[in-house]
Amino acid sequence: MQSSPSLPPSTRAQKAIKPPFRRRSEAGVGGGAMFPHKLLPYLLLLPQLVVVAVFFLWPGIKALVESLYEVNVFGLGGHFAGLANFRAVFASGTYGESLGVTLIYAAITTVLAMGIGLFLAVQVDRVRRGRSVYRTVFAWTYAVPAAISGALWLFIFNPEIGVGSVLLGKLNIPWNFNINLFDAMALIIAATVWQQSAYNFLFFTAGLQAIPAEVLEAASLDGAGSLKRFWRVVFPLLSPTTFYLSVMNIIYVFFSTFSIIDIITQGGPHDGTETLVYQIYQNAFQNANTSAAAAETVLLIILVSILTVVQFRYINRRVHYQ
Amino acid sequence: MRDSRSVSIVRHVVLVVCAILFAAPLYIAVVAASHSARSLLGQFPALPGDHLVGNLIHVLTVGFPNTSPVGLMLVNSAIMALGITLGKLVVSIPAAYAVVYFRFPGRMLMFWVIFATLLLPVEVRFFPTYQVTAQLNLLNGFPGLILPIIASATATFLFRQFFMTLPKELIDAARIDGISPLGFLWRIVLPLSLPNLAAIMVIEFVYGWNQYLWPLLATTSERYQTVVMGIQGMIQAATSFSVPEWNLVMATAIIALLPPVIVVILMQRWFIKGLTGGIN
Repeated sequence: MQSSPSLPPSTRAQKAIKPPFRRRSEAGVGGGAMFPHKLLPYLLLLPQLVVVAVFFLWPGIKALVESLYEVNVFGLGGHFAGLANFRAVFASGTYGESLGVTLIYAAITTVLAMGIGLFLAVQVDRVRRGRSVYRTVFAWTYAVPAAISGALWLFIFNPEIGVGSVLLGKLNIPWNFNINLFDAMALIIAATVWQQSAYNFLFFTAGLQAIPAEVLEAASLDGAGSLKRFWRVVFPLLSPTTFYLSVMNIIYVFFSTFSIIDIITQGGPHDGTETLVYQIYQNAFQNANTSAAAAETVLLIILVSILTVVQFRYINRRVHYQ
Repeated sequence: MRDSRSVSIVRHVVLVVCAILFAAPLYIAVVAASHSARSLLGQFPALPGDHLVGNLIHVLTVGFPNTSPVGLMLVNSAIMALGITLGKLVVSIPAAYAVVYFRFPGRMLMFWVIFATLLLPVEVRFFPTYQVTAQLNLLNGFPGLILPIIASATATFLFRQFFMTLPKELIDAARIDGISPLGFLWRIVLPLSLPNLAAIMVIEFVYGWNQYLWPLLATTSERYQTVVMGIQGMIQAATSFSVPEWNLVMATAIIALLPPVIVVILMQRWFIKGLTGGIN
């Protein structure tokens, strides 16, 4: 994924996140064996804290303040407006539409990328020869910049000369993503899935490798067909990976697909592919509606916080561990 | 669980077909990049032509109207990606070390501040971050390209996770031997962290190289364009000609995707380890 480098989905990693929610003593290494210095830890933390304060806390507070103030057209002055900016965002109707677009885009991409990733991981796991070659072949698209993936798919399905468009034309399928919303959505989903299925493939491969061979052997002794065995035994054992990936895919589409939209559709046709992040961009840099952009940023921060809490809190409980 | 011969053959056939589908967009890009713009107008050629080197040299040295030559963009991309990688290491290793190996007032608060940054990638906070970066006069420069990306403490978190798996007997022994805290970090913790260091470096390099939105906002001068964000201007320029120069756009696309793809393939072992963390 091209969003911030992901956190590992490992049960170990997530358990390691837990301590601060519970007991203080576990958050560091053991109890007594610590370096006793008073000043040194602050010096070690200083660079990190400075960067976080300047480029993280300050922008966050700025967005919050701006979302509560009304700024006039010249971007000067302004007075306290309470929740008026938020009300304006919701009243415009485009915010709801944009949320809908983002949800549809995220849902379809997640299902396709996970399905393809799981299918390929299972097939590669079963072959005896050429596993490592197959792994490279299905993993490399992960490294392709999303913007470049967008450029490749834009070229292939370009309505005038794209080789994919010509192929669709021969099959009598009308195609023009500049006009037809369905086509536009299909194209951005294809460009996203092409890349994201590699990410899902890698995680499912790792998940399959973690399943003990004895479990698989025991299951095969029952004489169940291999498909049945997969859904009854293997798939439930993969549930930590499956849950983790569904959250990560959704987060990816919500926050890291700006480049694909910007390259292929610029949000069109008729704002039909305008995701939440793309709408903030347009409000901030094209419509000069900075109050709306600030309010939408605050809403997005709330949304991503909820997603993350779901990820860390509920996934640990609901899924099945060996 | 062993496949019969026929099942095994079917599996390989299915996998090879899938591999071809996966590679098709790249193949089409190579074919397009190796022809003249005019020969892409009619029937799409099935095989690569002989213009590849000429097209690559043209984009690297000349580029498009209103964009820098791709050669300069590559240098910018490399500086940004390496700056993000090294910057993250320099900032995150001491921070993770402090949180794991010291007890001090405010430690939990520090941990939570760092943890909170994980939630908000630059794509979520880009608008206020842009305003702050502009106020600090950091637009159109490498510090402005690099520092806001470093603010997300993913690497700090990953190093913290790893340091916590190191046996605590190490620090007991170090204290008995009278090793200073920085000596312990440099001589014991870092050497033990090398595989994780490699994994995190690969991930951060790819992450840095592939940035699009932030360079788009933080640079208005052609001097600082990166190749990944620069592709947008090239598409606009190329499609405005009467004969669209998709061959040159695809040549640039190949140049832009090769560095991260090569790094990932060469460092595959470390990369997968870093990406999937402790799952295996």
